[in-house]
Amino acid sequence: MTDVSLEFPGVKALDGVDFRLFPGEVHALLGENGAGKSTLIKALTGVYRPSGGHILLDDVEQRFATPAAAQAAGISTVYQEVNLCPNLSVAENVMLGHEPRRAGAIDWRATRRQAREQLKRLNLDLDPVSGLGTHSIAVQQLVAIARAMVIDAKVLILDEPTSSLDADEVERLFAVMRSLREQGVAILFVSHFLDQVYAISDRMTVLRNGRLVGEYLPAELPRVKLVSAMIGASIEVLERLEAETGSGAADPGAAGSGAVTGDEASGATAPEEAFLRARGLGRKKSVHPVDLDIRAGEVIGFAGLLGSGRTEVARLLYGADRADSGTLVVGGTPVTLRNPRRALRHRIAFSSESRRVEGLVGDLTVRENIVLGVQARRGWVRRLSRRRVDELVARYVAELDIRPADPDALVRNLSGGNQQKVLLARWLAMEPRLLILDEPTRGIDVGAKAEIQRLVATLAGDGMSVVFISAELEEVLRLSDRIVVMRDRTKVAELTNTDDVRLDTVVGLIAGGETRP
Amino acid sequence: MPTEPLTSADAGPSAGEAPSADAAPGDRPRPGALLRLRALLHLDQQYLPVVGSVVVLVLMLVVGGTRYDNFLSPLVLSNLLIDNSYMVVLAVGMTFVILTGGIDLSVGAVVALSGVLGARMFESGYPAAVCLPVMVLVGALLGVLAGVMVLVVEVEPFIATLAVMFLARGLCYVIAPESVPIRADAITTLGTSRFGAGEWVITPSGIIALVILGSAFFLLHYTRFGRTVYAIGEDEGSARLMGLPVTVTKLGVYVLSGTCAGVAGLLFAISTRAGYSRNGIGMETTAIAAVVIGGTILTGGSGYVLGSLLGVLALGLIQTMITFEGTLSSWWTSIFIGTLLFLFVVLQRVIVLRRT
Repeated sequence: MTDVSLEFPGVKALDGVDFRLFPGEVHALLGENGAGKSTLIKALTGVYRPSGGHILLDDVEQRFATPAAAQAAGISTVYQEVNLCPNLSVAENVMLGHEPRRAGAIDWRATRRQAREQLKRLNLDLDPVSGLGTHSIAVQQLVAIARAMVIDAKVLILDEPTSSLDADEVERLFAVMRSLREQGVAILFVSHFLDQVYAISDRMTVLRNGRLVGEYLPAELPRVKLVSAMIGASIEVLERLEAETGSGAADPGAAGSGAVTGDEASGATAPEEAFLRARGLGRKKSVHPVDLDIRAGEVIGFAGLLGSGRTEVARLLYGADRADSGTLVVGGTPVTLRNPRRALRHRIAFSSESRRVEGLVGDLTVRENIVLGVQARRGWVRRLSRRRVDELVARYVAELDIRPADPDALVRNLSGGNQQKVLLARWLAMEPRLLILDEPTRGIDVGAKAEIQRLVATLAGDGMSVVFISAELEEVLRLSDRIVVMRDRTKVAELTNTDDVRLDTVVGLIAGGETRP
Repeated sequence: MPTEPLTSADAGPSAGEAPSADAAPGDRPRPGALLRLRALLHLDQQYLPVVGSVVVLVLMLVVGGTRYDNFLSPLVLSNLLIDNSYMVVLAVGMTFVILTGGIDLSVGAVVALSGVLGARMFESGYPAAVCLPVMVLVGALLGVLAGVMVLVVEVEPFIATLAVMFLARGLCYVIAPESVPIRADAITTLGTSRFGAGEWVITPSGIIALVILGSAFFLLHYTRFGRTVYAIGEDEGSARLMGLPVTVTKLGVYVLSGTCAGVAGLLFAISTRAGYSRNGIGMETTAIAAVVIGGTILTGGSGYVLGSLLGVLALGLIQTMITFEGTLSSWWTSIFIGTLLFLFVVLQRVIVLRRT
């Protein structure tokens, strides 16, 4: 495809991008969130119609009006969120729309046979009659690929196929990709995981802000250069950013006693300092009782695996779930957080991990999303004046560097990182004293990640308490003054983050066993 | 005999509680029993609501059979299908719409319009060969209208079909505010013919309903159109990305429902020998209730037309039982339907929750 442009109201998502894909290669498409990868794919597959440029397939110009048209031309796509029907059988999901028919009726026996053959091509041994919903996401992903290959696709697009797979499953997927490559299929592979990109791809194209940065061969482009091409900043800037946030975190950390302490450590902190003090806070079937102190200006990192109880504790602190045991003292007074409204009254804010579902209103503008919380607290009768709104919005758009810096852009059209910033802006506008961030950096690009980290450090410097939850331990380690380690819905340790706390220390604690330093 | 419901109505704080108290002893062991049954038959979770419908139907037959004489006679059971043939057809059309996650509120009004239009045309001397197809086609046409509104103008199905409902109802009164009798031979013949073996009988209406039911089953399970209906109901976005003809299928579903409503209008006219503007008020809600009691999940993607047949028969049985009871006001039908519907919606909710 050459010179492809695509616009949404208020956002130019693709700007004159060239992209080429050869048969029998795995071509990685790279870029930060909002770089235009997804948009490029959707233009290629007929979901969006480009406003300019050409798409050539075997030297023939194509204009796909619908995904069906693109598929008819031999372009198949497997999306990040498996777009299949869990209510139907595996065989049906593979064959839907291509079922063999006899005398006008679907020939179910032939359908199942063909589905089994397709699955066998990918070394998948599944019962075609079983419901798709009964299989794991990884298997569903492979079924989606089997479906994609039913039409003898010339081009196979894999959009973040590995984001929910474990290492073995990724290897299985790569084996499938290699065999398809040998069969002459052109594969477009999008992934955030650079290891995987280097492991499988023959060629890489980097996008940034809707523009083409360049096309590279993996052997010629070291990883550092790739990252700097993606974020458009030199590595030094990144490193400086990290140094800043690192030092910001180290300062108040000096107050602690250092090294690892167990649960009893919370007793050691002076209680009168704590903005929030939880004692035995727990909820049946959700999280075992937890003791926790959070002081003003402190960043508390929650570390642990998915499902270890990180989010559950945060929800208790915010009143999203009601605790059924323990006590909570906020600013010196005992409170019961029956619901999030109560928590907000105590100026505790919670930014959820699923920003689209539990956070933003996609059809409203950046401006509206930012003032939503403030306005809700004031009540709808006392409207914020237009000037006050503009002031607030302008301040946060500038402070958080929300792009595009257009308060009237629809949040739906923003990239993941910028959506996250809008959500943050909304909570900051409420001027919370405790901000709980659940996975604020998930699914967003390196640059936005660094900015959010910097912001957390700054906020803490200004006296705000922050609970920072992330699956990325490096991040938790870099930012936090203290780290709470969760395992199996129990708080297993609380560390004061000093220089001698290292990644493997925390990993050891998360994994359990005797790995105390 | 009827003391049981009456006393419980007296004792209960509200009338609505009486039937549920009545139904409770039979229903309580159901979840456990169902689970065991499922394990026994290796039933997929998606069949669970339909199993529920079967259980309810069998239960009602057993209760009716033990309580009343002649309840399980071939005549009563034959009449169950014959009397409800128009509702079977309506429920079949509604099943398609609900399977895609939509709803069609217009069918009751379309039944009336089809009847009134037919009656007027017979009155004006048009032959049956013209009148009968027109009665069906008017439904199809309104189905197209609803479908276009949903797809092109992107109105919620609820609103789009509501608009069609008002339109159809209004047209009825424009055509004939009063009841118009149909004296045409064709209708009389269709209405009085009986075929049967021994005491089992069936009418042309019953045959039409069964043929439509069979065709719908074929359409849903043996054509790409039918499979696409299920895919859309599960996740319309995914269906689109899978390259399925979402737009055409959704349009087809509303046309189908409209056509079924037209046929139901015809069957209703055959049984009443008249067209009347006030016919079919609330009929759409009964059809929706039948579909839900038949195990189709309101959010779409799961359900069967045969289940909807069971749903219609269950509702018909309630009516029959009330008639057999003799002393109960026919409004009790409503209360029982409401209770049954409530139980099934709760069952659906549990299933959906367990799935996620």
